[in-house]
Amino acid sequence: MKPETEAALAEMISAADGPLFIRGGGSRDVAVAGAVLETGGLRGITLYDPGSLTLVVKAGTPLDEIEAALEAEGQRLAFEPMDHRGLLGTSGAPSIGGVVAGNISGPRRIQAGACRDFLLGVRFVDGMGQIIKNGGRVMKNVTGYDLVKLMAGSWGTLGVLTEVSLKVLPKPEAAACLLIHGLQDAEAVAAMSKALGSPFDVTGAAHTPSGVDGHPVTMIRIEGFEGSVSYRAKKLREMFADRDVRVETEPARVSAGWRWVRDVEPMHGSTGDVWRVSMKPSDTPDLVQALRSEGFVKSVLYDWGGGLVWIETEPGKDIRTTGLKGHATLVRASDAARARIARFQPELAPVAALSDGIRCKFDPRGILNPGVMTQ
Amino acid sequence: MQMPAPDATIIARKPRIVARLRQVLPPDAVIDDPAETRAYECDALTAYRCPPLAAVLPGNTQEVADVLRVCHEEGVPVVPRGSGTSLAGGALPTADSVILGVARMNAVLETDYDNRFIRVQTGRTNLSVTGAVEENDFFYAPDPSSQLACAIAGNIAMNSGGAHCLKYGVTTNNLMGVTMVLLDGTVVELGGAHLDAGGLDLLGVVCGSEGQLGVVTEATLRILRKPEGARPVLIGYDSNEVAGACVSDIIKAGVLPVAIEFMDAPCIRATEDFAQAGYPDCEALLIVEVEGSEAEIAEQLTKIKDIARRHNPVELREATSDDEAARIWLGRKAAFGAMGSINDYMCLDGTIPVSELPYVLKRIGEMSQEFGLAVANVFHAGDGNMHPLILFNANEPGQLETCEAFGAEILKLCVEVGGCLTGEHGVGIEKRDLMTDQYDPADLEIQMAVKDVFDPGWLLNPAKVFPLEVSQSRRARQIAAE
Ligand SMILES: Cc1cc2nc3c(=O)[nH]c(=O)nc-3n(C[C@H](O)[C@H](O)[C@H](O)COP(=O)(O)OP(=O)(O)OC[C@H]3O[C@@H](n4cnc5c(N)ncnc54)[C@H](O)[C@@H]3O)c2cc1C
Repeated sequence: MKPETEAALAEMISAADGPLFIRGGGSRDVAVAGAVLETGGLRGITLYDPGSLTLVVKAGTPLDEIEAALEAEGQRLAFEPMDHRGLLGTSGAPSIGGVVAGNISGPRRIQAGACRDFLLGVRFVDGMGQIIKNGGRVMKNVTGYDLVKLMAGSWGTLGVLTEVSLKVLPKPEAAACLLIHGLQDAEAVAAMSKALGSPFDVTGAAHTPSGVDGHPVTMIRIEGFEGSVSYRAKKLREMFADRDVRVETEPARVSAGWRWVRDVEPMHGSTGDVWRVSMKPSDTPDLVQALRSEGFVKSVLYDWGGGLVWIETEPGKDIRTTGLKGHATLVRASDAARARIARFQPELAPVAALSDGIRCKFDPRGILNPGVMTQ
Repeated sequence: MQMPAPDATIIARKPRIVARLRQVLPPDAVIDDPAETRAYECDALTAYRCPPLAAVLPGNTQEVADVLRVCHEEGVPVVPRGSGTSLAGGALPTADSVILGVARMNAVLETDYDNRFIRVQTGRTNLSVTGAVEENDFFYAPDPSSQLACAIAGNIAMNSGGAHCLKYGVTTNNLMGVTMVLLDGTVVELGGAHLDAGGLDLLGVVCGSEGQLGVVTEATLRILRKPEGARPVLIGYDSNEVAGACVSDIIKAGVLPVAIEFMDAPCIRATEDFAQAGYPDCEALLIVEVEGSEAEIAEQLTKIKDIARRHNPVELREATSDDEAARIWLGRKAAFGAMGSINDYMCLDGTIPVSELPYVLKRIGEMSQEFGLAVANVFHAGDGNMHPLILFNANEPGQLETCEAFGAEILKLCVEVGGCLTGEHGVGIEKRDLMTDQYDPADLEIQMAVKDVFDPGWLLNPAKVFPLEVSQSRRARQIAAE
C-alpha cells in the first residue's frame, strides 16, 4: 500500500484487518511482520517561510529534498539527523517522517536540542483511521497537550505521520573543530565537560579511543560568525594549553569529521552488535571499562560530551545486565541477538503501564508497527 | 467563564476528608479554616475566585503520594498549585476541591556542574534555581517575567517561556526529568540526568499538561554556563509593518539574538509615563539583545544595525554601559506594571507566524475601535508570541465581558493566520472554551484520552483546558463512581 493523500491513508488504516508495517525510506531497519504501508506517496514541501524559520512538509518527503531546499536559503535542520544507512547496511532514501518517528538527532543535540525540540506540529492518522493534528507551525505553542513530543520517537506505534512542521535555523558562517590528542576515556569526558561548561557555546563534543590513525582523539566543535569562531577556538585552546591540540578550520574537513561521528562511521561494515547508550556523561567511561574487562567490546565512540556512547560488542551479548544507569538501545544486531534481546530498554512497570495505556488509546487494535518498541 | 457546580456530597464530607488529610500530614500542613483557604481562592487571573474545600502543603514526594491516595479514595478533585501566578486560571479551585500546594518543597537536591544539571523540588522559584548555581557562573535559561515568584512546578505545568527563549528554548527544551505522583499515589520517574528518554516521550506530554496528569514533585533541569556578556540595542520605527519586516530580516540574516522584544505606540507611551526609560515617541520599538564576548557582541550588533538602518529607523541606540543596557530594558520590564497602574488589563498570549505580525497588529487596532477598548502590544517578536494587553475598567458593569469577547476575537485571529491560542500562559479556564476554534473534535478526544490514561477518574484539575461540554461525560464518570 502506498497512499497518495492523507485521506487515502486514513481509509487504508480504517480498512486494515491485520498488522501494518509502516515504511518511510526504509533506511532505519525497524521491520515488523505485516502488510507494508509506504509513506513515500505523501511527498512535498507544503510551506517554507525562511523569515519565520519554519518548514511544513509531507511526512514521506526524502530528507535530501528538504536539505536542498533549506540549503538554497542558507538554512538547515539544526538537530543534525543521523543517516543510518552506512551503519545498518540499508539502502533507500531516508524520509522526514522516519526521522521524526525515531526522534533521530545527531551531535548537535547537546547544544541545539533533539528532533523533538524542533518539531512544531504534526498531522497523523491513528490506529482507527482518524486524522489528528497537534501543535502547529509557530515556535511557541502551549495550546492543549503536547502530543508533538509524544509522536517524536514513537516509531510509528501511535499513528502514521502525514505532515510535520519544523523549526529550521540559519547555517552558520563558519565552523571549527578542536582536536585534542591522546586522552584516556575518562580524561576525555572530563575535557568535554570542561568545554561544554565554558561560555563558548560548543555545538559538538565527541571522543574516539582509536581515531583514524588508531590513537585517541577528542573533538570539540564551535560554529558561528567568522570572528566569533576564531575567538572561541583560541579561548578553548587556551583552556587545554597543557594538551596536544590542533584546530581544524577547513570547512570540508570539519563537516566530514562530524559526519563521521554523526553516522558512527567507525562501526560501518563490521560484524558486531551496535548499542547506543544514553547516560550521565561522567558515568559512561566506567560502563565502557566494565564491559571491556568482560572482553566483548570491539569498538567505542563517545558523542554528546560522553552522554551518548556507541558500543560495538561481540554478537549476542546483552549489556543491559551491567547495571546501567540510563538506557541502551540495540541498534544493530544479528537475527539471533534480536530474537533474544529487546531493541529498546524495557521500562519500569509504572512507566510501562502508562506507555501501554497510551498505545491502546491511539491504536486500540494494536495494528501499527506492533511490538516495535516493546519487543 | 463557567465552572462546574461543586459536588455537594463532597462538601458535606469535608470534616472526614480533612481528618484523613491530617492523618498523613504534619498539623500545620492542612488548611481548612475558611478565613485561611481564601488565600488560595485565585491565581493571577483574579477576575475568578473560589475558595477550595481545603489546602494542603506537603513537604516531600511521599507526603504528596499520601495526600493523593486519600483524595483518590475519597473521590475529591485536586488542584495542584505552585506560586499561583498563572494568568490563565490554571490554579483556580472549585469549592469541592483540595488545593495541593508545593510551595514548601523548595530544596535543591543535587547540583552537578560536570554533567550540567540541577535537581530541585518543584516548589522552588524559577529565579532561585539560577540563584543556586550563579556563584559558579551557571544559570537556568527559561526566564518568565514572573520568575521572582513563579515555581518550577507551574513552569513545567504551563511549559513557560520568557524573553530569552528565542535562543534557549522554553521549559520543555530545558527539562530533563521529573518525579511525578499519579492521582492514585503511584510515583513515576520520567527521564533523568541522561539526555534521551527511552520509550515514549512521556516527559514531553507531562510538560505543558497544566496539572492534569500528575503532581510533579521533583525536576531535573539543564543548566548552562553564563555567556561572557550581553548587550541590547533599541530600534524605533514609525510603523509596525517596518518593525515587523526588520525582525524578519534579522532572523533571515543568520544572527540569532537571545531576545527580540516589540512594543507598540500605546505601550511605549504608557511605560514612558510610568517608568521614564527615555524611549523615543514612535510607533514601534524593538529591543534586540545579543550575547558573547565584547568582540562577538560587536560583530553581531554591526550586522543587526546594518539591517535596522536599511529600514530607516527613527531611533537606533546601542547600550555602551551596563547602566544604559538596564535603561533599555527598564521600560520593557515595567510594561505590565505601567498598564496595571492606568487600568485593569487582560493579557493575551496568542502566537502567530512572524510574517503575519503587521497584518495582525493592524487588525487588532481596528478591533480596538469596534469594541471601544484600548489595546497595548508588548511581546516576544522573534518567535511571534504576542501579548496584547486589553485595557478595561472592572468596576464598570459589562466591561469585563466586552474585554473577554474582544480577547476571544484576537485569539481567533491568531488561529486564523496559522498561529495558536496560547504561546506560554496555557489554556486554564481562560481559553478553555476557544479550544474548539483551534482543534477538531478528534484532536481534543485524543488529548483527553491521554488524561484518561494518567488520571482515569478525572480528579486532577478536571475543569481546565477542555471546554466543559466536551469533557462533561468524563467528569460525570468521576461523580458516578462515588
Ligand atoms: C506578571 C506576570 C508575568 C508573567 N510572565 C510570564 C512570562 O514571561 N512567560 C510565561 O510563560 N508565563 C508568564 N506568566 C505566567 C505564570 O507566571 C506562569 O504560567 C508560571 O509558570 C506559573 O507558575 P506558578 O508556580 O505560579 O504556577 P500556578 O499558577 O500555581 O499554577 C499553574 C498551573 O500549574 C499547575 N501546577 C502547579 N504545581 C503543579 C505541580 N506540582 N504538578 C503539576 N501541576 C502543577 C496548576 O494546577 C496550574 O494549572 C506571568 C505571570 C504574571 C503574573
